[in-house]
Amino acid sequence: MSIAQCRRGMGAKSTIRGFSMPNFIDRRLNPKDKSIGNRQRFLKRAREELKRAVKEQIKSVGIADVGGGQNVSMPTRGVSEPTFQPAGDTGDRERVLPGNKEFSPGDRLRKPQGGGGGKGGAGTGEDEDDFQFSLSHDEVLDLFFEDLELPDMIKLSLKETMTFKPRRAGYAVTGSPTNINVAKTMRNSHGRRIALRRPKQAEIDALSAEIAELEKKPGAQAKERLAMLQAELDWLERRRRRVPFIDTVDIRFNRFEQQPLPNANAVMFCLMDVSASMGEREKDLAKRFFVLLHLFLRRRYERIDIVFIRHTDEAHEVDEETFFYSTQSGGTMVSTALEEMLRVIAARYPANEWNIYAAQASDGDNISGDSERCVSLLSAAMKYCQYYAYVEIIDERESEIFARTDNGTSLWRAYRTVDGEWPNFQMTRIAKPGDIYPVFRKLFAKQSALRQPRK
Amino acid sequence: MTKSAGKLLFDGSDWNFATLSRTYDAIEEIALGELKLDIYPNQMEIISSEQMLDAYSSVGMPLMYQHWSFGKRFVFEDHLYRKGRRGLAYELVINSNPCIVYLMEENTMAMQALVTAHAAFGHNHFFKNNYLFRQWTDASAILSYMEFAKKYIAKCEERHGTSAVEAILDSAHAIMDQGVFRYRRPPRLSSEKERERARERLEYEEQTFNDLWRTLPPSTRDREEAERDASERKKALNLPEENLLYFLEKTSLILEPWQRELLRIVRVIAQYFYPQRQTKVMNEGCATFVHYTIMNRMFEKDQVSEGTMLEVLQSHANVVFQPGFDDPRYYGMNPYALGFAMMQDIERICTAPTAEDRDWFPDIAGNGNWRDTLLDAWANHRDESFILQFLSPALIRKFRLFLLTDNAGDNFLEVASIHNERGYQTIRAALARSYDIGANQQDIQVVDVNLLGDRQLRLRHNVKDGVQLEETSRDATLRHIRHLWGYDVSLVGVDAETGETLYECSTDGDML
Repeated sequence: MSIAQCRRGMGAKSTIRGFSMPNFIDRRLNPKDKSIGNRQRFLKRAREELKRAVKEQIKSVGIADVGGGQNVSMPTRGVSEPTFQPAGDTGDRERVLPGNKEFSPGDRLRKPQGGGGGKGGAGTGEDEDDFQFSLSHDEVLDLFFEDLELPDMIKLSLKETMTFKPRRAGYAVTGSPTNINVAKTMRNSHGRRIALRRPKQAEIDALSAEIAELEKKPGAQAKERLAMLQAELDWLERRRRRVPFIDTVDIRFNRFEQQPLPNANAVMFCLMDVSASMGEREKDLAKRFFVLLHLFLRRRYERIDIVFIRHTDEAHEVDEETFFYSTQSGGTMVSTALEEMLRVIAARYPANEWNIYAAQASDGDNISGDSERCVSLLSAAMKYCQYYAYVEIIDERESEIFARTDNGTSLWRAYRTVDGEWPNFQMTRIAKPGDIYPVFRKLFAKQSALRQPRK
Repeated sequence: MTKSAGKLLFDGSDWNFATLSRTYDAIEEIALGELKLDIYPNQMEIISSEQMLDAYSSVGMPLMYQHWSFGKRFVFEDHLYRKGRRGLAYELVINSNPCIVYLMEENTMAMQALVTAHAAFGHNHFFKNNYLFRQWTDASAILSYMEFAKKYIAKCEERHGTSAVEAILDSAHAIMDQGVFRYRRPPRLSSEKERERARERLEYEEQTFNDLWRTLPPSTRDREEAERDASERKKALNLPEENLLYFLEKTSLILEPWQRELLRIVRVIAQYFYPQRQTKVMNEGCATFVHYTIMNRMFEKDQVSEGTMLEVLQSHANVVFQPGFDDPRYYGMNPYALGFAMMQDIERICTAPTAEDRDWFPDIAGNGNWRDTLLDAWANHRDESFILQFLSPALIRKFRLFLLTDNAGDNFLEVASIHNERGYQTIRAALARSYDIGANQQDIQVVDVNLLGDRQLRLRHNVKDGVQLEETSRDATLRHIRHLWGYDVSLVGVDAETGETLYECSTDGDML
């Protein structure tokens, strides 16, 4: 690689072998992602289309999958680049094609359907009808958050990847000088010196002393011995140089492994009223509400279980598909869902091992007399829960009437009493996606205050 | 390298800079010594696949300005590449002096050799010698011009905002195809210094512009004088004008100096790529013929191993594969296949002609000097004239070419000619015509400007063979022209032969 580096630069044409000596330039280390600026410009331009595409997608994928690097397909509206193009169905053309097998002059063929005139050139423009590409995790979240009107700080903290802590893990032969493990290095050096018989300092000292002594003595015998000793000393010195005290092969570095911070497990309960009064709009809002909670939890916990409990006048634990997309007829009895949740907690998620989060979405309907029972059940549940969020999905027209008032459905009034009692209980009414975030405000605020997860 | 490798330049698939350099020298010896190629000095750059994708989406220019449409191309290519639906090119070469050749890091050594022969010698020779490139592009100035353009556009974005710049570029891109001089030779790119001076002058004009002049009452000239002025103005405008970008740059009534400079940049780039579009078959054919000949010579000289040669041949066969029209892989004539086959055919005609060849090509048949014949063809032809002159009956038979006519009025296609005695001439002429960019592109010209009244810009579309414009994109493109012109734009389609008006439309919304 050094050839390339020393010839870097266009002006540095070599003159060794005439004008055509090539420059080889290694550009691999140059910054990649030259197109990233262009890519962002494109995404900005296609923003409205993309938002729609992401919204569609969030509807169709599971809560836990939102935010993965996913393929988005979008029509070219808004990002088309018009030019003058020939219309396929006009005019007379002739085309020369290869691979004739059976045609003779005068043969007639049926015209291919769909204006075959444009077919032929493999230009860049043709395939763009189903324009498809992948959005990264961050880009999906950006678009998703924009709709939810999350403050920027929260967006950042949600996208933040898991924190790692370096942990000692054995030794490595490469590393930075600050990480040299002296003991291990010296042990290796010692072993090697013994194996390769590196002359000891003591030996040399003894020899030098003897030489010094002999030099004082006159006589041929002494001279002969001196020459021999001198030769031996030279040999030892040479050998010492050849077998260094510390060789690069001895050096060991402390190796560190990036270990994710130990995170406890969390379970998220999604409770939803699925009686007939919950229409598609209500369910879509509820799903966004659940998705946001899940994104938050995913950032904090390594493993998250999601439990879906739906209820009418009886509650069941169901899978996600059933939860969002199948309807059930019946009255509405909210307490059954809370009972079911308490049952699941008792059965599978002991509170000392799991962080329990619960989110409940409802349109506020409840059978008369049940709300009081809900309050007592909820108070029991709050003992276990890290956080409990309740959203009441209301009509956009109602949102003005109900804004900041204590009156409302019986369930709402009943929950108000709990709201004052428990700090980690949140409730709000929502009519549009932008209303969802305030429900979590306390949760996110807490998040930035205490960084370490509960053990 | 061990002794056992003998004279081989390299062994195995890994490459390093020593083998690259050694192989380059061996290739150069054959290319310059035996094939008598004449090239710009090469600058070989090793890049990774991501960088290749980057280069791809900015139309292969290393210093392209920023625009969202390149981002669109990037996400599109990136998606296909990641899905495995499309591979990347092994190389990319830029018509500049020195000639920049990108080699992909992932290539094996055999591929690097092939690519070096293909791009650094084949394409390079073609760029330097073909008359279109010599006359219409300026290889030594393009890199510095692109650098200037990138910087200038970035500066404009800083001063006027990204969206204002994008709006102009969007409109300019829409008529890029109508932004080249087809018959008139374009002015040379001026040097850095001259451009700098011109810009200073513009800036001075901007500074000394006084808005007070606008408030003066219009002079009261009599009508006759005004009309004479108009006709003089029209003459001065040099109408009709085929280069819409040029016309708008020089005469638009609303553009600011920096906006005119943006149009100029887009126009220069369009003009720079125009010869490449006219010589696709020849250019690729030349490069493919050169790499094929050189690799075979190297094999004969025992410079490369059999394994290398097998890999090279496999990849060569992929490149020159021509599926038949009814094959699902068919995407039109493969320029590599056609160009390579024709050049190999010329070699055959020169050295071992048949009686038929002597009939068809009396000048070159059996002259024995295929090298000079090819060098001459590469230098003096574009795709259209090359095919018209050199496509032989033998090749028409080999490709089993046939001619289909497709008339708008009929509900069928008719086979007009096939590869037989009566068909050769027609097929050859039709194939040549299909490569005539000048004739196939929509001929749209500025014919008149009403400078006194509503300032409408009048365009005329000379409709050939009744092929009209697709309406949605036509109207959108007209809106872009209106954006640059500042006033309404009308377009009238006139049949090129009969002079009959086929359609009229304009940007003020209602059809005329």
